[in-house]
Amino acid sequence: MFLVHPFQSIGVPYGWAWFLSQAIIMVVLSLILMLSVAAVILADRKIWAAVQLRRGPNVVGAFGLLQTIADALKFIFKEVIIPSGANKVLFLIAPVVTATLAFIAWAVIPFDKGWVISNINVGILYLFAVSSLGVYGVIVAGWASNSKYAFLSALRAAAQMVSYEVSIGFVLVTVLLFAGSLNLSAIVEAQRHGWFAFTLLFPMFVIFFISSLAETQRPPFDLLEAESELVAGFTVEYSSTPFLMFFLGEYMNVMMLCGLMTVLFLGGWLPIWHVAPFTFVPGVVWFILKMAVLFFLMAMVKAIVPRYRYDQLMRLGWKVFLPISLVWVVLTAGWVMVFPHGIGAL
Amino acid sequence: MLLTEIAFDFFSAIMIASAFMVIAARNPVHSVLFLILTFFNAAALFVLLGAEFLAMILLIVYVGAVAVLFLFVVMMLDVDFAELKRGALQYLPFGTLVGIVLICELILVGSVWFFAPGASHALAHATPAGLTNTEALGRILYTNYVYYFQTAGLILLVAMIGAIVLTLRHKPDARRQSIPVQNARSRKDAVTLVEIEPGKGA
Repeated sequence: MFLVHPFQSIGVPYGWAWFLSQAIIMVVLSLILMLSVAAVILADRKIWAAVQLRRGPNVVGAFGLLQTIADALKFIFKEVIIPSGANKVLFLIAPVVTATLAFIAWAVIPFDKGWVISNINVGILYLFAVSSLGVYGVIVAGWASNSKYAFLSALRAAAQMVSYEVSIGFVLVTVLLFAGSLNLSAIVEAQRHGWFAFTLLFPMFVIFFISSLAETQRPPFDLLEAESELVAGFTVEYSSTPFLMFFLGEYMNVMMLCGLMTVLFLGGWLPIWHVAPFTFVPGVVWFILKMAVLFFLMAMVKAIVPRYRYDQLMRLGWKVFLPISLVWVVLTAGWVMVFPHGIGAL
Repeated sequence: MLLTEIAFDFFSAIMIASAFMVIAARNPVHSVLFLILTFFNAAALFVLLGAEFLAMILLIVYVGAVAVLFLFVVMMLDVDFAELKRGALQYLPFGTLVGIVLICELILVGSVWFFAPGASHALAHATPAGLTNTEALGRILYTNYVYYFQTAGLILLVAMIGAIVLTLRHKPDARRQSIPVQNARSRKDAVTLVEIEPGKGA
């Protein structure tokens, strides 16, 4: 949106000016996202190390800042090994699908007022659709590898992702009931008088946080990867750049869910209080700060919570989260009926 | 607008090609994946029409849920593809006959198709003025058609319970963990310290 007018002023018609400016913004955002993935991976390892009284990566660059980039380069320069029995095309499409879906989800995340690539009316549904498509990258990777371990792991991963999507769906419904809109910017604006995390929806925030750990196969729900016990899940046959794309997609999804939680429950780009020193800080800084806090929590969970067993994972999803979120949908709907003027009536 | 036309041609071309590949692919897993590509492009066409809610629901329901189950089933089934294809040719004459009849009927219907005089005015717009897709659909579904909508939901619920009842098997010898019992256990009733005399064993 920023570049439409400059392009129009040099004589480009509106349609093409819009197209060009969107393309440029997308490329810039993708680059920023990839760099921040590098930072997030480093932060994850540093936090993990600090909990275990280790130093973590500290050799490449100052404080190990370049460690992730060195790792990425190592992956890129290695040989791509495709198993002889693998379905070559699908084997290579799967990581591309995963990485692409991880990128396109960011199209609807508003970083600040108006700072969004596509401010669509069905933003939440779009994100839900993209995250449900993420299952395909996993299943196709497991199937195309032509390996029993990869396939079994892919089936488990798919079952896990599908199970937790159900409760995530109901959590989204409660937020929508409160906000009265499917547009992410409108949801943020609806929190101007109080973040949804500090209302009736607080239990939903907790459920969403835990479900997003399961959805992205972060510890304590990383039992398909379980790197201390098993082979590396559905990516066991992958090496080099295809593996790197899975890794990138995984961390992008983690960041995306942090961003989504920020938008849904922590008031997006809104400051903590609407008073002088806090309102001077730009909205995008608030957004990134909130995301960082959420990611810190995720990293701490990884460091201190022991891994779940598979039946415990399924029980938690279907027998605990699903009933609670279902009851909460009814409760929230009743609340909205009784106090139709939103949470201002609190 | 030129961009929209390019996008329409692009999506519909891919959609037709992948719909063809659904029936032409030798491997059923590839067929399902092409089916997903078809759904995906259909969703893109919905977006071009301005029916964004339908597009997203198509993706969530069909691609995100139904096609995943298709893929699960097709991947788990041990199908001998060559065996399946061998008998296919003997159905060719009959299949051609059915196809010709269908095409004739479609042409017959299509050639006499005409719009009622007032139809273009009554045509629903994808986006009524001042309303988003979702609101527009909700206002119709929950007012004029609320009973049909609720009935559809009830039928789905019955189908779901039916599927669970049909497939549920209680295994009496399965070892299950009771989470409350497990959580209530303390060190006192789980661990016992035993003095072992040397040379005797426990």
